Amino acid sequence: MNNPTALSIGIQRGKLEIKQFMRQRESVVFTMAFPLILLAIFGSVFSNTIADGVTFSQYFVAGMIASGLVNTGFQQLAIMIPMERDFGTLKRLRGTPMPASSYFIGKAILVTVSMLVQVALLLAAGVAFFGVNLPTDVDKWLLLVALLILGSACSTVLGIAFSNVPKSGRGASAVVSPVVIVLQFFSGVFFIFTDLPQWMQQVAAIFPLKWMTQGARSVFLPDSFATREVAGNWETGRTFAIITAWLVVGLIWAIRSFKWERD
Amino acid sequence: MSKVISVSQLRKQYGQTQAIDGLDLEIEQGEIFAILGPNGAGKTTTVEILEGFRSRDSGDVKVLGFDPATKGGAGQQWRDRIGIVLQSTQDAGDLTVYESVSHFATYYKNPKDAHEVIELVGLSEKSDALGRTLSGGQRRRLDVALGIIGSPELIFLDEPTTGFDPEARRAFWQLIRRLRDEGATIVLTTHYLDEAEALADRVAVIVRGKIVEIAPPAELGGRATSLATISWRDGAQVRSEKSANPTQRITELSAQFGGEIPELSIKRASLEDIYLEMIGGQHE
Repeated sequence: MNNPTALSIGIQRGKLEIKQFMRQRESVVFTMAFPLILLAIFGSVFSNTIADGVTFSQYFVAGMIASGLVNTGFQQLAIMIPMERDFGTLKRLRGTPMPASSYFIGKAILVTVSMLVQVALLLAAGVAFFGVNLPTDVDKWLLLVALLILGSACSTVLGIAFSNVPKSGRGASAVVSPVVIVLQFFSGVFFIFTDLPQWMQQVAAIFPLKWMTQGARSVFLPDSFATREVAGNWETGRTFAIITAWLVVGLIWAIRSFKWERD
Repeated sequence: MSKVISVSQLRKQYGQTQAIDGLDLEIEQGEIFAILGPNGAGKTTTVEILEGFRSRDSGDVKVLGFDPATKGGAGQQWRDRIGIVLQSTQDAGDLTVYESVSHFATYYKNPKDAHEVIELVGLSEKSDALGRTLSGGQRRRLDVALGIIGSPELIFLDEPTTGFDPEARRAFWQLIRRLRDEGATIVLTTHYLDEAEALADRVAVIVRGKIVEIAPPAELGGRATSLATISWRDGAQVRSEKSANPTQRITELSAQFGGEIPELSIKRASLEDIYLEMIGGQHE
């Protein structure tokens, strides 16, 4: 006799999700290698220094780590879940005694693992090839951990919520990817945020990615750079407040809108 | 009580369409029960209400003593006792047969052994093959394996043999009979009348959201007592006539021909004839 719980099944699902992820070569390349390719391109093209002791690569790695939260959570889930809905995976699971929460625990495990791998790869490549400096201060590392946990949770629930937007699994990538790319441009991932037009900065400030990138800069850039941010400081409190607000919005949206079957 | 499923006065409306219109149904423990009906007659809606996938507008439904609309923990307890084989799916292509089946086993309190189930559905040789490399028929058998891994008391099969070759269908029928012999109740929807005839203890015909008749396949539509059609060659022409007493008529013919009757055949209405008459009559 088994005595499965929501958590034990969730952990089993997490293992299975990772196994499936690793076997899909496209997803491994798309999710893991693409950010590294971008880092290689931007790091080579913009080799200038933007402030005292801050190279563009340093600035860019911070932005790419924040993007990694969006790629592995929001983008990955908002593309994957509509496909699972089309393939009948979700309906089949609905017909078993598996608790719904186990499915989401499995997804959270997948996101966490792929996020950690992505962050580690970006940092390793940044340090090895583009002279990126890692923080030496313990507080900065703790800040990074907090940012990764909160940011990843926020990105995950928004991805689950947004998975109801694409009309089909086949079209999901075309709906989700532009949203992410536009947000990346607006949020100061590819360009220095304060160089962007005023209106773009204001639009970006509504969404969580801008705050994730700013939070990542507060970890990887020297504190002297804070004066060059929009508010003249890192706004750490506001950063966490806004990401938390999006986490709550995403959670409510996800719970209310999740569908196990295509209409 | 040995009623596994009881439904009374079930109704479901989609927009202006009355998909299910006062449907009554009782299914006994240990029987193979087939549901037939033209597309759009309400078959899928009925089965999906029984499976707990859809809500109903009114009527009483009990499946294994539970209302399928039950949510939460009680709903999971109930799902532990049923197995659902949906229409064709294409998920889990990146997992092997064994990985999928043994994973689904973790959802249930009293699962069967994954290897045994894989052998039962005839996929032992494909146990380590990825889902996406399976043929249509093998894929369907994997669906069945996932549906029965939890030792269900009640199994729903939705058009299980679509796309099978004749040999695979016969092997599949054997599997279904075996599950029944082990004590499971089986509810089957199918487009194939020969499948219903070969497998089902009883058949229900649904037309326009209502049950037209429930009977064993051999008795459906008064089939057992219907007129037999006798045909034979009389000189240049083939003659045929319907008779309530075919044995007597043939004795007469035999005497007339002095022994052998040329090209004799006797046919009773097939399940298909009866079925088409039933659903045709309803469409007028």
